Amino acid sequence: MTLTDITLLNLRRRKARAAFVLAALAIGVAAVVALVSLFRSMSQGIQHGMEKYGANIMVVPRTDTLPLTYAGMDLGGVSFRVEEIRQEDVDRIRTIPSAKDLAVVGPLLLGSVDAGGTPAVLAGFDLTTAEVLKPWWRVEGRLPGSTEVMLGAVAARLLNVAPGDRLRIGDSSYPVTGTLAETGSQDDNLVISSLETARAILGRPGAVSMVEVAAHCAACPIEAIMAEIERVLPTARVTAIKQVVASRMAALEQFEGFLMGVSGILLFVGSLIVFVTVTASVRERTAEIGVFRAIGFRRSAIMGVILGEAAIISALAGVAGYAVGLGGARLLAPLFQGGAQAAWEFDPVLPLAAVTLSVALGLLASLVPAIQASRLDPTMALRTL
Amino acid sequence: MNFLTACNLGKRYGEGPSAVEAVRGVDLSVGRGEFVAVMGPSGSGKSTLLAMLGALSTPSGGSYTVDGADIGALDSEQRADFRRDTLGFVFQSFHLLPALTLLENVMLPLSVVSGNRADKTARARAALERVGLADKGGRLPGEVSGGEAERAAVARAIVNRPPLLLADEPTGNLDSSTGRHVMELLAGLSRDGVTVVMVTHSSECARYAHRILHMCDGLIAREEQVQPRFDAIPAPETVLAAAC
Repeated sequence: MTLTDITLLNLRRRKARAAFVLAALAIGVAAVVALVSLFRSMSQGIQHGMEKYGANIMVVPRTDTLPLTYAGMDLGGVSFRVEEIRQEDVDRIRTIPSAKDLAVVGPLLLGSVDAGGTPAVLAGFDLTTAEVLKPWWRVEGRLPGSTEVMLGAVAARLLNVAPGDRLRIGDSSYPVTGTLAETGSQDDNLVISSLETARAILGRPGAVSMVEVAAHCAACPIEAIMAEIERVLPTARVTAIKQVVASRMAALEQFEGFLMGVSGILLFVGSLIVFVTVTASVRERTAEIGVFRAIGFRRSAIMGVILGEAAIISALAGVAGYAVGLGGARLLAPLFQGGAQAAWEFDPVLPLAAVTLSVALGLLASLVPAIQASRLDPTMALRTL
Repeated sequence: MNFLTACNLGKRYGEGPSAVEAVRGVDLSVGRGEFVAVMGPSGSGKSTLLAMLGALSTPSGGSYTVDGADIGALDSEQRADFRRDTLGFVFQSFHLLPALTLLENVMLPLSVVSGNRADKTARARAALERVGLADKGGRLPGEVSGGEAERAAVARAIVNRPPLLLADEPTGNLDSSTGRHVMELLAGLSRDGVTVVMVTHSSECARYAHRILHMCDGLIAREEQVQPRFDAIPAPETVLAAAC
């Protein structure tokens, strides 16, 4: 017979009470695990989903420009010391230390052309990157190949051109392979071709107007990647397009605050139940504790028995709470993520944290009753028998 | 040589005019192996005296030594150690834990002493054998008679081989035949050198002791030297409060 034996015997003897305490703690832990798992999954989902927003870094030539635009009206501009980006610069971007985090690097050449007698902007893309950089494009027809063009929705309407027609640009005529469904962006106004075709039409071999970069990984800091690009392209200006992600992350942070609040309340209620139940248990066992004291149990031994029971129940509650919470999170994830595929990664810290949290709460909630039990006057305790 | 000595031992409950003096300056000396019965009407202070002798209750005044150790100077944890190492308690209501078998109940005091499980089990079985319950160790308290439960309580009290056994109305809930059995057990322990102090209402039970202390209003009103039932065993030397 050891103190551990006594602890286990007590648990076996009071199964219903032990189950009640276990359930109270397990529900609290499950809620926390579920909420934390949901939050992590949503965060990872957003991080992984960044590619849906297309390019998130823009590399443009460094210029000193007085922007002369107001309310969307372009009044022209004055540029000083315009630096140029070359194809070799694009290749250097792929050599930065964080190159593995660069999903796509897409050079773009812009220039004005006479399209069928109407001034228009010709945009030459590396069309192999369009799927990643322009995921919102819906092409009626097909993407243009060499010496072919495609038009944005507004440009096609203004120029009265449809797929299968030919479009005269300068002195040459080019087959139109497709048109873009209206995107609501500046792409609607473009005449689009491959990069090489645009360079040929504009007579600017090797030239690049800007570079769109899609960097997407779960935890890569976009600012660090920008700094690395600036180091290899000192003549370029690197900017990040992160408003959309930032707004979603801000909303997520608010959600996180709400989740933490709910978790805190659930854990508090769980701890309160443990406290009340263990206190009632100590009161019920007053006589037993009196016997223990009479036969020579030290106060620490009495506390050891009470806290030992709490620790065992709490540890089991932590395990059960983790399993239930994780399962619940996976069931609930589609509701919170609009049916999107949730990103789940096993984190060994979470089960450890769940059990540790549960045991800590169980012990904390049982501490006062345990101290009360250890301070029971044995003569008074024995009279209750 | 006195094993247990109490000088001017007192216990007061409460403060001021409403204070109650349950024990008022008791002087007592008990020799090693002596069997002392404490008698008196309800409220005379017998159980309070026993609680102080068992270090369950702290005296309000006076001094108390066991085998030369000043019990009054011990703190709460040291008193627990004293009870563990020196004392065995037998209660009127058995105070066996109902969910534990008799063997497990007897092993309870061993759970706070060092030793391996096999040795502890052997000691508990030996204690049960001593009280005639060798074959009942696997029974729960609810499955045995009152006499057997009381004998199991005696086994629990002696499993640590304490030199001092305190018994509070050990036959109070037993019929006379069963009570006699328990008294013979206590007398046998006394013959083996265990000092026994027993509180009882029963003059029949008290006749098993070497000496009877009659308490009244918190004081030892009278002492009575008894011819032990076991004539072959000489009564240990007793010193009646001579040390104080």
